[in-house]
Amino acid sequence: MRRWLEGLRELRRYPSAIGGLALIVFLIAVSVYTVIAIPYSQALELWRGGEAWRMHPVNAGPVWVDRLLGGDKPDTTVVRSEDAETRSAAFDGGRQVRIPLSFDYPHDDFPSEINLFLETRDTEREAFVRLRWQTPDGDIIPLGGRRVAREDRISISQNQTLEGRLGMPPHVGLFARSTDAGQPVPDNGRYRLIIDAILFGEDASLEADLVVYGRVHGIAGTDHQRRDLMVALLWGTPVALAFGLLAAVGTTVTTLVIAATGVWFGGLVDATIQRLTEVNIILPVLPVLVMVGTLYSTNIWLMLGVVIALGIFSAGIKMYRAMLLPIRQAPYIEAARAYGAGNARIILRYMIPRILPVLIPTFVTLIPTYVFLEASLAVLGLGDPVLPTWGKVLNDAQTQSALYNGFYYWVIAPALLLMLTGLGFAMFGFALDRVFNPRLRTQ
Amino acid sequence: MSTERAASAESTSPLVSVRDLRTWFELRQWGFLRVGSVRAVDGVSFDLGRGESVAFVGESGCGKSSLARTLLGLHRPTGGEVSFDGYRVQDLAGRDLQWYRASVGYVQQDPYGALPPFMDVRRILAEPLVVHGVTDRAERERRIRRALEEVRLGPGDAILDQFPHMLSGGQQQRVVIARALVLEPAMIIADEPVSMLDASVRVEILNLLRRIQSERSLTLAFITHDLSTVRHYADRIFVMYAGRIVEQAQVDELLEHPQHPYTQALLAAIADVDAANARRVRDVPAGEPPSLLHPPPGCRFHPRCPHAMAGTCDVRDPGMFEPRRDHLSACWLHER
Ligand SMILES: Nc1ncnc2c1ncn2[C@@H]1O[C@H](COP(=O)(O)OP(=O)(O)OP(=O)(O)O)[C@@H](O)[C@H]1O
Ligand SMILES: [Mg+2]
Repeated sequence: MRRWLEGLRELRRYPSAIGGLALIVFLIAVSVYTVIAIPYSQALELWRGGEAWRMHPVNAGPVWVDRLLGGDKPDTTVVRSEDAETRSAAFDGGRQVRIPLSFDYPHDDFPSEINLFLETRDTEREAFVRLRWQTPDGDIIPLGGRRVAREDRISISQNQTLEGRLGMPPHVGLFARSTDAGQPVPDNGRYRLIIDAILFGEDASLEADLVVYGRVHGIAGTDHQRRDLMVALLWGTPVALAFGLLAAVGTTVTTLVIAATGVWFGGLVDATIQRLTEVNIILPVLPVLVMVGTLYSTNIWLMLGVVIALGIFSAGIKMYRAMLLPIRQAPYIEAARAYGAGNARIILRYMIPRILPVLIPTFVTLIPTYVFLEASLAVLGLGDPVLPTWGKVLNDAQTQSALYNGFYYWVIAPALLLMLTGLGFAMFGFALDRVFNPRLRTQ
Repeated sequence: MSTERAASAESTSPLVSVRDLRTWFELRQWGFLRVGSVRAVDGVSFDLGRGESVAFVGESGCGKSSLARTLLGLHRPTGGEVSFDGYRVQDLAGRDLQWYRASVGYVQQDPYGALPPFMDVRRILAEPLVVHGVTDRAERERRIRRALEEVRLGPGDAILDQFPHMLSGGQQQRVVIARALVLEPAMIIADEPVSMLDASVRVEILNLLRRIQSERSLTLAFITHDLSTVRHYADRIFVMYAGRIVEQAQVDELLEHPQHPYTQALLAAIADVDAANARRVRDVPAGEPPSLLHPPPGCRFHPRCPHAMAGTCDVRDPGMFEPRRDHLSACWLHER
């Protein structure tokens, strides 16, 4: 115990230990925060995508990057009918409603999309709406009218006839300054969408949400399914740490026990373990994992099991064996046999603890290799299909040609987190190696 | 079970009785081809009484440690048998084997190597108790403290929390002895317990062993190179040569009237050293020790023996003769 404390005290002399530990602590803090702030089931639900994200823009970059680069890209504006001055008049068998949704638009770039979400209540028949767009200059552009279902979405920016009339996509055309020729420039000021609705029913009501989608969103941006990448970046942390740690623990423990068993019993047991190891070392890990992944990539814990199973007879056995062979002959083990300690006790309590301090650095540096392995599998499309992970984000980015399309943030953020994880554990592990393997100690 | 056994033991019968014990190590090539056997122990017979202290002496490689390990059940004997308290040790299994292991304590040569470096003294002394099912923590602590007091390491908690590397060689060997005592054995086997220690603490440790032996009336079998001090710590001596016992007698009898030419050479060597006051102990009589792989025919000592009789010593194995009362020697010179 005291030896460990001394070791830890000595660690403070190594800047890389402090740096690595800081990174690890940061990642752990993020993990804890994430697991508390976004419970597991909620994270899965969110990552499944769909309606939850309907008010998020598609492929929007991080806000802070844009602002840092001196940009003024719009973020998303939502205008709700609850806040608008609704006027309504009853007629026989229904109501006529006018909702003006107005908002300020101060940005010098166009929004990426415009949608209007409508919800009618207590109607006897489908309601009818007619939309008009009012620019800051006071020009009125009719957007047409249509029947709406109980819950409906009017994709203004997808309106083909409007696009034909404006000569450009509606989310550009509706904001462009009419006088300018050449490159369209957005007009700043107060815009208004006027909804005239006819509702059939005594108590019928209408709620409307106008969403003017921006081009930047939040800290991490969004992906092609409008999902906030933050969810995956956050949840990727505990998943990566848990996977790396469990895989490292699992393979180290099984490998150690098997190596020690072989060394202790010797003979046929040892020979069998050695031959199995040699065969397993020749087998390339990634292709085997890819194969297994294609067959069974249903969830991450199965992958974890496979990784551990493949790691059991890994090259580590050779290293541990070399370390354990001299210990087998140690007089204290002979003494233990003389007072009646059994095989399991000798292996677990007398042989393995002897080499444990030397293994801790190796163990720490082993964690990120499994983190990377999990990410690589996910990038190859063999990850857990429902869990948000860094590798999954990279996989999506790849299939959506993120780099080709200029969505650098989509690749950089998860890659950076992966690199930080590797760096943190590597720095800490190397410092531990210095402390616990005095042969390497530099004077 | 152990109490039943203790009750059944008759105090007059020998505690240990060894008959024609052989421990051969097979030499194999490529892991399976037998190319011969190292006959480390080759036909050894003796009895040890209760509360008796005996010494095994002999030059390096004559099989002393192999004999000790075979007695401890660490090597399976190739032939012959060891009886302990009337039970054939080879037949013991399960709980009976554990009883035997608790009954025989082991003190090794290298005290630092004999202690697991990652355990503190408390843990080291608790281990045998845990192995033998003493689950009660307070009981363990009590027995640990008693053992420590017996080896003069207590009282006081300080030592219990120390790790082996923090202790001096003498303290380490005391811990080793305490570990051998903690199960309250009937016999202790000490394999060169002081040869790796500083000269200044050797006498202390030997006195300690002797005192514990007489206080607990233990059977103490210790292996030594050092014939000059053996008289103070042993009642009887067994002289070993090339896997066999060549001479045995009470200490004073043997030292004053050595019968076997090998013993005589050993004692002469000590006299030489004393006279020259030399530092290097030349305890080996002239000539090479024989190969245990291909031991010489007849008496194993004959190639080095000044009295070798051609036609007898190099042909026939000598049996045990009794040239003097209670003094056995395996030499054709003493054939009557
Ligand atoms: N486990 C083993 N396998 C093979 N040979 C062994 C083994 N243990 C001992 N031997 C051989 O048996 C012979 C006797 O060894 P042993 O250690 O018993 O001698 P010793 O009398 O204790 O010597 P020393 O005084 O140097 O300790 C030696 O030749 C040794 O090489
Ligand atoms: Mg020896």
